[in-house]
Amino acid sequence: MAEKVLMKGNEVLAESAMRAGCKFFFGYPITPQTELSAYMAKRMPKCGGTFLQAESEIAAINMVYGASAAGARAMTSSSSPGISLKSEGVSYIAGADLPAVIINVMRGGPGLGSIQPSQSDYWQATRALGHGDFQMVVYAPSTVQEMADYTYKAFDVADEYRTPVMILADGMLGQMMEPVELRDPIEEIPERPWATTGHNNEREHNIVNSLYLDADLLDQMNHERYKRYEKIIATEQASEEFLCDDADIIVVAFGAAARIARNSVRAAREQGIKAGLFRPITLWPYPTEALEKTVAHAKGYLSVEMNMGQMVEDVRLVVGNRAPVDFYGRAGGVIPTPAEVLDKIVALNEKVGE
Amino acid sequence: MSNEMRLILAGFGGQGLLFGGKVIAYAGLIDDREVSWLPSYGPEMRGGTANCSVTLSDEPIGSPLITDPTALIIMNQPSLDKFEDAIVPGGVIVIDSALTNNAPTRTDVESFMIPATSAAEEAGLAGLANIVCVGKLWSELAFCKRETLDAAIRKAVPARKAALVDKNLEALELGIGL
Repeated sequence: MAEKVLMKGNEVLAESAMRAGCKFFFGYPITPQTELSAYMAKRMPKCGGTFLQAESEIAAINMVYGASAAGARAMTSSSSPGISLKSEGVSYIAGADLPAVIINVMRGGPGLGSIQPSQSDYWQATRALGHGDFQMVVYAPSTVQEMADYTYKAFDVADEYRTPVMILADGMLGQMMEPVELRDPIEEIPERPWATTGHNNEREHNIVNSLYLDADLLDQMNHERYKRYEKIIATEQASEEFLCDDADIIVVAFGAAARIARNSVRAAREQGIKAGLFRPITLWPYPTEALEKTVAHAKGYLSVEMNMGQMVEDVRLVVGNRAPVDFYGRAGGVIPTPAEVLDKIVALNEKVGE
Repeated sequence: MSNEMRLILAGFGGQGLLFGGKVIAYAGLIDDREVSWLPSYGPEMRGGTANCSVTLSDEPIGSPLITDPTALIIMNQPSLDKFEDAIVPGGVIVIDSALTNNAPTRTDVESFMIPATSAAEEAGLAGLANIVCVGKLWSELAFCKRETLDAAIRKAVPARKAALVDKNLEALELGIGL
């Protein structure tokens, strides 16, 4: 077993990407993500890769498009406002069926917002990061160790389904340090027979493109892509449960909010309330199958988010009218306290107990 | 939860509070405990107040942002004013009395006023009052073995500043004795 080291979440995202065979990183600094770019600037050249600080976020995402088309594992990272700038490029990457990893270390919004931690880009990440019919896999790590593990996973899944994959973190996870165990760097990335690497008159041209002027052809391309999405939905859902087996009240939270909710669930148990925590790890595909299993015994749900109420809609899609689904959130970069969440658990428990 | 230390280190930016927190986090890492370290990173980092949350626990840590600390290291008056009310009854406060005007008003906690900054300067350890305070906190709470604390200093000091390890160890010793 490798030795555990103490590292910041942002640095772990960078280090893990390099260990996953990422050879090209294109970025543009923005708080609270900047340590990631700074770490890449320092380390990437030593790993034989390329770090480039682009002139803008838009340039950075299009450099990822180019590097990926040429067969490399490539990544970019930013924080909320910068991710909005990248959205056009992400749509092109999805339309061209290219793998890529995009990291969003979220901060408060909308607009320039704040630089404090937030989860207000949930809808953007899971519904519409860019125009057109496409989805991308979204991982929401909750510990620094998971930031390492899901960065490796993100590159593999991006390759397997030829799709952009997002790691949705936030300022708290990016800035905090925890012990982490890093895996050894991989030697070789999976083969890319579709890459535009030069045909040497030995094979047909490979074309990477997202423009289809023939409507029927584009219709067909979209249907084929959605078949891959069906497979992703069937096989890639991930979640974690804490004290859910006998829970009356299920708190649903991801990322940093899940860490806070975990404290509240423990405190509720100490008061004799049967509370549990359901933590989605994939936000798309949403872990509907695992959440569905809790509906048989849960009397109420509480979605806790660092936003005005976004994921709560996915919880309601699963639970429907079978149990009340409440929401508690703080926005703008304010982090909810475990005591505030506990109050909501107590209130919901009283409501459903009547 | 009983064996959990939730520490906030607070003062001005530049006093090395984040580093002091890092030393304690490394002590937890060496002991193979659960550890989290979370800095404030807002505009206050540029010359205003800075603080850092460090948790050492035997169970997985929930929120790394501490709202109910069991211990405080305080290196200026605004930080004492800000965090004094938050500490749990029976908690431990180490205060640099060289930089604060008032003693804590809480009577249900243990407060230790030490002149960390002036004592460090007199001992030729200017700039290491942070580690003096860490030493004092350790002498009151013994949150790890003594040799672990020394090893944590060696790990936390970056290689390019290795020459500062001995000064940091001296500062630790000074704090333990205050």
